Amino acid sequence: MTSYLLKKASILVISLWCVITGTFFLMHAIPGDPFIGERVIPEEVLRSLYAYFGLDQPLWVQYLKYLKGLLHGELGPSIVYQGRSVNQFIAEGFPLSAQLGLQALSLAIPGGILLGTWAAIKRGGWQDQMAMAISTIGVSVPNFVLSSLLQFVFSITLHLLPVARWGGFEHTILPTIALAALPTAFIARLTRSNMVEVLQQDYIRTALAKGLPLFRISIRHGLRNALLPVLTYLGPVTTQVLTGSFMIEKIFAIPGLGQWMIHSINGRDYPMIMGLTIFFSSFLMISMFLVDLIYTLLDPRIRLRKEAYA
Amino acid sequence: MPKARFALTTLFLLFFLALIGPLLSPYSYSDIHLELKNTPPCPQFWFGTDELGRDMFTRIWWGARISLFIGITAATIDMMIGMLWGSIAAYAGGKTEELMMRICDVLHAIPYLLVVILLTVIRGSGITTILLAMTLTGWINMARICRSQILQLKQNDYVAAARAIGASSTRIIFRHLLPNAMGPIIAAMTLTIPTAIFTEAFLSFLGLGIQAPAASWGVMLNDGVSAMRYYPWRLFFPAMMITLTMLSFNLLGNALRDSLDPRLQR
Repeated sequence: MTSYLLKKASILVISLWCVITGTFFLMHAIPGDPFIGERVIPEEVLRSLYAYFGLDQPLWVQYLKYLKGLLHGELGPSIVYQGRSVNQFIAEGFPLSAQLGLQALSLAIPGGILLGTWAAIKRGGWQDQMAMAISTIGVSVPNFVLSSLLQFVFSITLHLLPVARWGGFEHTILPTIALAALPTAFIARLTRSNMVEVLQQDYIRTALAKGLPLFRISIRHGLRNALLPVLTYLGPVTTQVLTGSFMIEKIFAIPGLGQWMIHSINGRDYPMIMGLTIFFSSFLMISMFLVDLIYTLLDPRIRLRKEAYA
Repeated sequence: MPKARFALTTLFLLFFLALIGPLLSPYSYSDIHLELKNTPPCPQFWFGTDELGRDMFTRIWWGARISLFIGITAATIDMMIGMLWGSIAAYAGGKTEELMMRICDVLHAIPYLLVVILLTVIRGSGITTILLAMTLTGWINMARICRSQILQLKQNDYVAAARAIGASSTRIIFRHLLPNAMGPIIAAMTLTIPTAIFTEAFLSFLGLGIQAPAASWGVMLNDGVSAMRYYPWRLFFPAMMITLTMLSFNLLGNALRDSLDPRLQR
C-alpha cells in the first residue's frame, strides 16, 4: 500500500518536472524577442528590461531561478500586461472557473450516475436505448457547438437567459449545462457498463431470489458496488471540465482563467502561457493523484491487489 | 446492428462527398464574392455563403477532407506507435516492461490538450504541427491496450510452439501476437478518430489550427459562432457536419468494441 502510493507519488513528481522543464525550454526555444515590436526601444531601456526579466543571464541560470520561484509558488510575470504577475491572474480568474467547474460537476456526477443506473436496470428496453442515445450524442456534440446552440435557443430566440458575460446565477446556467454535457454522457456510459456487470453477480441473484424488488436491489446492492469505479472517472472528468472551460469561457465571455489562457495564447504572452500551462498541468495531475489516493483508500479489493502488485 | 449500419452509411456518404463535394459546385473554397456575402442557402449556394461571400458548400467539403485526414492520420500514427511500444513491452517483460510502462505513466499524467496547445503555440499552426502535437502523447492509450492484449495472448500454446521451432521474437510479435490482438486495437483506433477531429476543431476554434483561407470545420465554427444571431446557417452546417462525423465514429467504435468484448455477449 505505502510502496504503491510512493510509486504513484514519484510518478507525479517526475511528470510535473517533465512538464515544467519541457515547457520552460520549449518557450525559450522560440525565436524572436518579446520586446521588439513596431516601437523602437532605446538600447538602455531594452537592457534594463532584459535585466528586469532576467533574460540577460545564461539559460540554465534562468531555469534554476524559475524552478526556485515555482517552489515558492511564483509563476512569473506577464509580458503583455506589464507589472502584473501570473499569480494575480490566477487569483482573479480561478475562483470564477472553479465555481463554474464545481457547478458543472455537481450537475454531471449525479446526472450521469442516475442516467447510467436507469439504463442498466432497464437494460435492452427503450429507457436504455434513450439514455445511451443521449450519452452518445453528449459525447459527439463538441462543447462549443452545444454552447452556441444553447445561446441561440435560450437567449437569442426565447430571451429566457442572458447571452453571455458574468453576473448573477442566471449567467452561470447555460455555461454550466454546456460544460456538464460531456462529463454527464461519459459518466452515464461507464456507470451503465459497471452496473450491468454488477447486476450479473451472484449476490444480486440471491437478493432477487429472496424476493426483494429489483429497484431496491439495484440501489442498495448494485449501485454501491458500481459506484466505486466512478471515482476513477473523476480524474478524466476534471480534465474534461477544465479544458472545456477554455471554450465555454470564450463563448460566454466569462473572465475566468480559461479566458486568460486564450488571451495569452492570442497575445503570444509566452511567460503567461508558460505559467498557466504549469498551473493547469499541476492542478490536473495533483487532482488525478488525489483521486487515485481516495480510490485506493476506499476499495479494500484494490488495496489488497495493489499490495500484491507493488 | 442498426446503429452501426447508420454510422457506416453516414461515414460512407461523408467520405464520398468529401471526395467529390468540392467538384459539385463551380466555386473554389477561397473564391470571394463580396456582393453576395451572407447569402442564405439558395439554389446558387446550397449552404449559403459566409461573410466574404465564399460558398459554404464547397468549404464544408474541404473542411471534411481536412478533418477526416487529420482524424484518420493521427489515429493511425497513434496506433502504430502504441502497437509497437505495447507489444515490445509486453513481450519483453521484466525490467524492460517496467521501464517502458513507467514512461507511459509519466507521459499519461501530462494533460493532452495542454501539450497540443503548447506545441502549436511554439511551432506555429499547420497540419503537420497539429498531427505531431496530437500523436506526441496520444499513443499512450493504445500502448496500454495493446500491452494488456499481448500479455493475455502470450500465454497461449501456439506462442510456445512458435518459440520451440525457433521463430524469432520479431516474427512472434508480428505474425502471431499482433494479428490476434487487432480487434480491440481497431475498436480503440476508431474511437480515437473523433477525439482527433475534435482536437483539430478545438485548436482552429482557438485560432491555433488551420489558417485562413483554408476551411476547416473548426475555423468555420469559430466564424459561425460570431455570426449566428443573423446568419444562423453559417453555424448550422459546420456544427451539423462535425457532430454527425463524431457521432458516426463513436457509434462505429462502440459497436466494434461491444461485438469484440466477450464479457458483453452473455
